[in-house]
Amino acid sequence: MSNRRLAAAEIQPPSFAFTADNENWAAREIEKYPPGRQASAVIPLLWRAQEQAGGWLPQKAIEAVAEKLGMPYIRVLEVATFYTMFALEPVGRYFVQLCGTVPCHSCGAVELKEVLSRRIGEQGHVTADGTFSWLEVECLGACCNAPMAQINKDYYEDLTPEILEKILDDLAAGREVKPGPQQGRRSSEPARAANTLQDPALFDGSVVGAWRNRFEEQAIKEAPTGEASTATAAAPSQPKPAKPDAGRTIESEAADTPAKKAKEGEVPVKPDDPEGSADPRKATVAPNDERPEGRSAPQSGKSYTPTPAKPEEGRPVADAKGTTPVSGTSPAEGGARRDGRDTKPVGPKTSDEAER
Amino acid sequence: MTKLIIDGIEVEVPSEYTLLQACEAAGAEIPRFCFHERLSIAGNCRMCLVELKGAPKPVASCAWGVRDCRPGPNGEPPQVFTKTPTVKKAREGVMEFLLINHPLDCPICDQGGECDLQDQAMAYGIDTTRYHENKRAVPDKYIGPLVATKMNRCIHCTRCIRFATEVAGVPDLGAIGRGEDMEITSYLETAMRSELQGNVADLCPVGALVHKPQNYNMRPWELSKTESIDVMDAVGSAIRVDARGREVMRIEPRVNEAINEEWISDKTRQIVDGLRTQRLDQPYVRENGRLRAASWQEAFAVIAARVRGADPKRIGALVGDLVAVEEIYALKLLMEALGSPNLDCRQDGAALSPAQGRASYLFNATIAGIEQADAILIVGANPRTEASLVNVRIRKRWRLAPLPIGLIGEPADLTYGHDYLGAGPETLAEVIAGRHSFAEKLKSAQRPLIIVGQGALMRADGAAVLALAAQAAQAFGAVAEGWNGFCVLHTAAARVGALDLGFVPGEGGLDAAVMAQAGALDVIYNLGADEIEIAPGAFVIYQGTHGDRGAHRADVILPGAAYTEKSGTYVNTEGRVQMANRASFPPGDAREDWAILRALSEGLGSRLPFDSLPQLRRKLYAEHPHLGAIGEIAPGDGPAAIQALAAAGGTPSREPFASPILDFYLTNPIARASGVMAECSAIARERRLEAAE
Repeated sequence: MSNRRLAAAEIQPPSFAFTADNENWAAREIEKYPPGRQASAVIPLLWRAQEQAGGWLPQKAIEAVAEKLGMPYIRVLEVATFYTMFALEPVGRYFVQLCGTVPCHSCGAVELKEVLSRRIGEQGHVTADGTFSWLEVECLGACCNAPMAQINKDYYEDLTPEILEKILDDLAAGREVKPGPQQGRRSSEPARAANTLQDPALFDGSVVGAWRNRFEEQAIKEAPTGEASTATAAAPSQPKPAKPDAGRTIESEAADTPAKKAKEGEVPVKPDDPEGSADPRKATVAPNDERPEGRSAPQSGKSYTPTPAKPEEGRPVADAKGTTPVSGTSPAEGGARRDGRDTKPVGPKTSDEAER
Repeated sequence: MTKLIIDGIEVEVPSEYTLLQACEAAGAEIPRFCFHERLSIAGNCRMCLVELKGAPKPVASCAWGVRDCRPGPNGEPPQVFTKTPTVKKAREGVMEFLLINHPLDCPICDQGGECDLQDQAMAYGIDTTRYHENKRAVPDKYIGPLVATKMNRCIHCTRCIRFATEVAGVPDLGAIGRGEDMEITSYLETAMRSELQGNVADLCPVGALVHKPQNYNMRPWELSKTESIDVMDAVGSAIRVDARGREVMRIEPRVNEAINEEWISDKTRQIVDGLRTQRLDQPYVRENGRLRAASWQEAFAVIAARVRGADPKRIGALVGDLVAVEEIYALKLLMEALGSPNLDCRQDGAALSPAQGRASYLFNATIAGIEQADAILIVGANPRTEASLVNVRIRKRWRLAPLPIGLIGEPADLTYGHDYLGAGPETLAEVIAGRHSFAEKLKSAQRPLIIVGQGALMRADGAAVLALAAQAAQAFGAVAEGWNGFCVLHTAAARVGALDLGFVPGEGGLDAAVMAQAGALDVIYNLGADEIEIAPGAFVIYQGTHGDRGAHRADVILPGAAYTEKSGTYVNTEGRVQMANRASFPPGDAREDWAILRALSEGLGSRLPFDSLPQLRRKLYAEHPHLGAIGEIAPGDGPAAIQALAAAGGTPSREPFASPILDFYLTNPIARASGVMAECSAIARERRLEAAE
């Protein structure tokens, strides 16, 4: 961003006044704030002034807003120069704001920039017929659909140079264009196969609150002696405050607890079982990655790589004594340290280990 | 009160203090750029970081209240460290950031030698840079004739913006853009409209805003600094006169909480070039209608020839607005010796007289007392132009909690919210009679303040208006036990001192307006009165400093000393006696004014009874003991004087009040000789014309 100044005096319109509709709208907007706080309406009013003035803020519009809100001119100028969404120079009838931030950049915004430079010209330049101008802006928050551009009020996503050119052609010719994702997506769902969050248990509500079962189990172990029974006996006379989730209708049983698996006749997964022992149908990693060849993920020497070149690399394999300790393994049992030293923490055996 | 341990020293401070103030109370020095005691807290420079025990990171002490500090686990007072390595490292980091874009132009920077950034870089700066990118370049802005900008140097502390918005009440400055592109500017680079704009350059902790008239003219270490008192208005702001050799280079404010806090008006600050130009540096005598240079002896001889032959009743003396008590006293003694009753210090004709008691012409509530007032009625005054710093005080009071302020007189933008009640005395009468809605507000006030300006008094019915104002003071309980809210706002620095000395017509004496009429007198001794037109006829002796209106009319000119060139006592509008000190010497043959009068008295055959300034002062203090108490306000005869005034009665006309100050920047001969003031005046005039369109 370079310094933003008001447009040159020659192109400033000689006056600015809100239309009657906008006056009414502005009055309602100002009413939203308590007396003496009208200045709070400065951004909506500037925004409406910008819309009325053809997409940019002339000097007189800034002054009109200041006078309307009883603010010094400089205070409104501060706001208008602070927010880049207020254009201080004239823009085209279609004002293309192309996102150039990292996600869009890495998905091909550079080519889009070339398209815009070729078809429209330099940034901030309005075409001779007044149809287009463009600006590279920072993230507009549609990274899932990168690369994207905002044209007037609408987002156009999943762009390619060809699609963008077509949109520009259509706009110039006055044909209707469809905002939103341009390559068949409805919104920001996965573009190809869904690779993550496929465990149905995640969606049946069973995972919610699963952590609480630990306490229930513990309670079962200890019940019905001691404090708990006393508490149960005293419950009617001493009602506990409502739980935060007291009003919820159902809280289904946790999906994956050993207790539940045992009840269902399945073999429960023990903490010290190697990974992969769980039902492969419920795995959160798809067995076959469908990513196209040639777009390899960053490679590193670390033990974890999302797209392994060799199947045994990367994902911890069941029988291999993985370098990454499986959760639940006590430190003493873990494999050699990743840095090659074989020191292990030495300490008294825990009760868990003693049991085993 | 909150207890804190700062660097191991336990202190107890009021709980509304910030951590920075608490650290200062404990004797720790905290560096800062954006923080200023009299401005709101911005907390954006981060230089004041300290370590607070329990806080995960260093905290900005200027923006951290002591009541937000958590006590220790066992209820120990919160601990603060200001000298630990963490703190030093944090501040060094901040300093490094500040210096990323700050140009290394200290050798050509006006602020060099009195620059906060320079000083603090000595303590927290590192000697190399880790940044090799180009520095930010910012175009300089035009923000007025008094402040030059060097925007590359700006560190975005926003003190100037806060001053203009909060203290001056003329929000002309702002910051456009954001982040690295933030720039301080006025709206489209128009000149600031405040009469206090020079203060923003004082506030600037770096050399981004510097005084334009003094730009590239001097270095702070080559100036001799003299503490003195300002005479541009009757407020008596504390100033420091910086001179290089014989030349006064600049005037800066001093802190005086009772009067000007630490601000001064632009007129006070920037008339320095007026002290050099248009000066009278030798006596002149009018011969055949033309003034010619003469020696002191010649001039005295001409005067003696005219005075000796004149009837004492047809000799008169006028005193101007900038003269000190000492020479007024000397002139009074001389006139008494000559037997003349025609004395007047009220060249504007204000209906004030020492006969009615000292409280009848003082700003009784005192300037600091404005902060106690809970309702203010301004009658025939525009404090903003007549006494800018009184206006600042009223605005300060208004910002603490808005209070009802009523204005009767010329409509004006006073920088604070006020009710405009009406234009003339009849509105005041209505308010007193309770027929005006504002009367209720005054009545319900505990400590109402009634400010009467010279605009209400310098008219034919001035006495009646003054009586009316006194009646208002009584009607609304402005004069009560422990509170005297009857305030006369003066515009002339010499006026109160002269009234204290009783420099008003004696028995059968003529007042200034009559003296100035054609044929009223044969000889007029004009001691620096430049705001009065003396009709042709009388022989006029003008003793003053500048070739202004008085000198043009004079038959003999005796060159005197300006307020920076003599030691002189001034009494401000509150009645506070203050001493101005000599910072340089009068030019050429000009002499100190009391000495001129002493020398002349010998030539007139009525020698004044003192040979030195201390002798004069001894005699003066013996006669008027309160003038010896420098810095004090002598307790007055408050209620009685106001009662006497109110009883005087009279029927004022229906003519609206007019402000005595037509052009804030050109109110006295020094200001009229100043090119900077002329430029400011031209800009103000243009703006008035534009507004009138």
